[in-house]
Amino acid sequence: MLTKRIIPCLDVKDGLVVKGTNFVNLQYAGDPVGLAKRYNAEGADELVFLDITASVEKRKTIMELVRKVAAEVFIPFTVGGGINSVEEIQEILAAGADKVSLNTAAVKNPALIADAASRFGRQAIVVAIDAKKNDIGAGAANSDALAASDATAVSDAAADKETTPAWEVYVNGGRPPTGLDAVKWAKKAEELGAGEILLTSMDCDGTKDGFDLALCKAVSSAVNIPIIASGGAGKAEDFADAFTTGGADAALAASLFHYNELAISTVKECCAKQGIPMRCVQ
Amino acid sequence: MMEMIAIVDYGAGNISSVRNALSKLGVESKATCDPKEILASESVILPGVGSFGFLMQSLRQKGLDEAILQSINKGTPFLGICLGMQALFESSEESPGVAGLGIFKGKVVRFQRGKVPQIGWNEVLPSGKCGGKVCDEGDAKALFSKGYAYFVNSFYCAPSDASIIAATTDYLGEFACAVQKGNITAVQFHPEKSGDWGFELLKRWTGC
Repeated sequence: MLTKRIIPCLDVKDGLVVKGTNFVNLQYAGDPVGLAKRYNAEGADELVFLDITASVEKRKTIMELVRKVAAEVFIPFTVGGGINSVEEIQEILAAGADKVSLNTAAVKNPALIADAASRFGRQAIVVAIDAKKNDIGAGAANSDALAASDATAVSDAAADKETTPAWEVYVNGGRPPTGLDAVKWAKKAEELGAGEILLTSMDCDGTKDGFDLALCKAVSSAVNIPIIASGGAGKAEDFADAFTTGGADAALAASLFHYNELAISTVKECCAKQGIPMRCVQ
Repeated sequence: MMEMIAIVDYGAGNISSVRNALSKLGVESKATCDPKEILASESVILPGVGSFGFLMQSLRQKGLDEAILQSINKGTPFLGICLGMQALFESSEESPGVAGLGIFKGKVVRFQRGKVPQIGWNEVLPSGKCGGKVCDEGDAKALFSKGYAYFVNSFYCAPSDASIIAATTDYLGEFACAVQKGNITAVQFHPEKSGDWGFELLKRWTGC
């Protein structure tokens, strides 16, 4: 039986993992390879590296990181953060990453999903969606934000004006809202060729109160590709809820694992006890 | 220990993962699209990412299909990974009308249930057969042990001859995740991405 995946996410800047004051283990603080090895040993099923480098050296440093990790760690890993062309995807995959995750670039240019999927296979293309609950339905009016974008995506958003989008898609780390409904955008991404959806709840992110199960359920029941739940994990039971109530196929967390607040093995044991299929590492 | 493994580089697959894993094991390998090099190598790996049609077309254009068949026929150890396993069969639902290498009878079919593609870790259950004969775990020929492997596939092989099935996996129904016959081994999962378990498998296959 296919197991549910637990995925630590590492923020990377200038080729180093960005560390906080209480980072898990000073020995590895900042070192992507050391941390990747450690998470592998602890039973991580996959890794996600999110590149937040803003400098002109971005491409060079992320490529070095991918090559180093690929040479030492033999579990799948995804690279995301500011990727916006087929050429860039090609470079990252050729360097040894298994998947790339597309966010802002996919919203601005949905054709990128199709181009990338046809060239590298849909399994290599993760579409990351940052979603925020929208109670007033103002988002649909903002479809101007997508003026330069795919016509279908815009018209979908416009057609939505009648109905209040429950969750709206945000790009560029928050502003402006795109006017896209998260569930519809996920379906559109699937149609275009996305192999997985990395779904982050901006409302829950950082709260440690648990994943946004309603959002997760809404998206996972609308598409037939795997959903990675992200944002809000605080305890082992939250992961189990994401898989059962939320219908997620994988769940991601960052600081929780980095700061040793929760061990991956604890999460897996908790889920396994609830009858959720897990790859338990001895 | 094998001296040189040729990794068939047909222009689409991400072969660096396989090369990385082999070099970590201390095994020399060479990525090549030269039929002569494939015929001269001590063993051959056909990795695969992309579509069945694209793979077969690329192999034929470069004369690699013949090289692989000849290499297999003369007894060179062969390992097919993912699409490289599917290529050994006669045809695939992914690319109707395109002939596979046809080394094994049977076709490649799409998952009818569950999320497609299957992405993630799933359990490999050895069938207790190797090379069509019954073997036990202690048998040197028993390449496969029970464990979790990383899968990424929308299609799977349905061999006509069940005796070649070396291991199965359950994805809302059982399918053949590994086949073995003589010098040919092929797996649907990615041993090069299956952590320590996958490493052990590659180790056994290379004879390190």
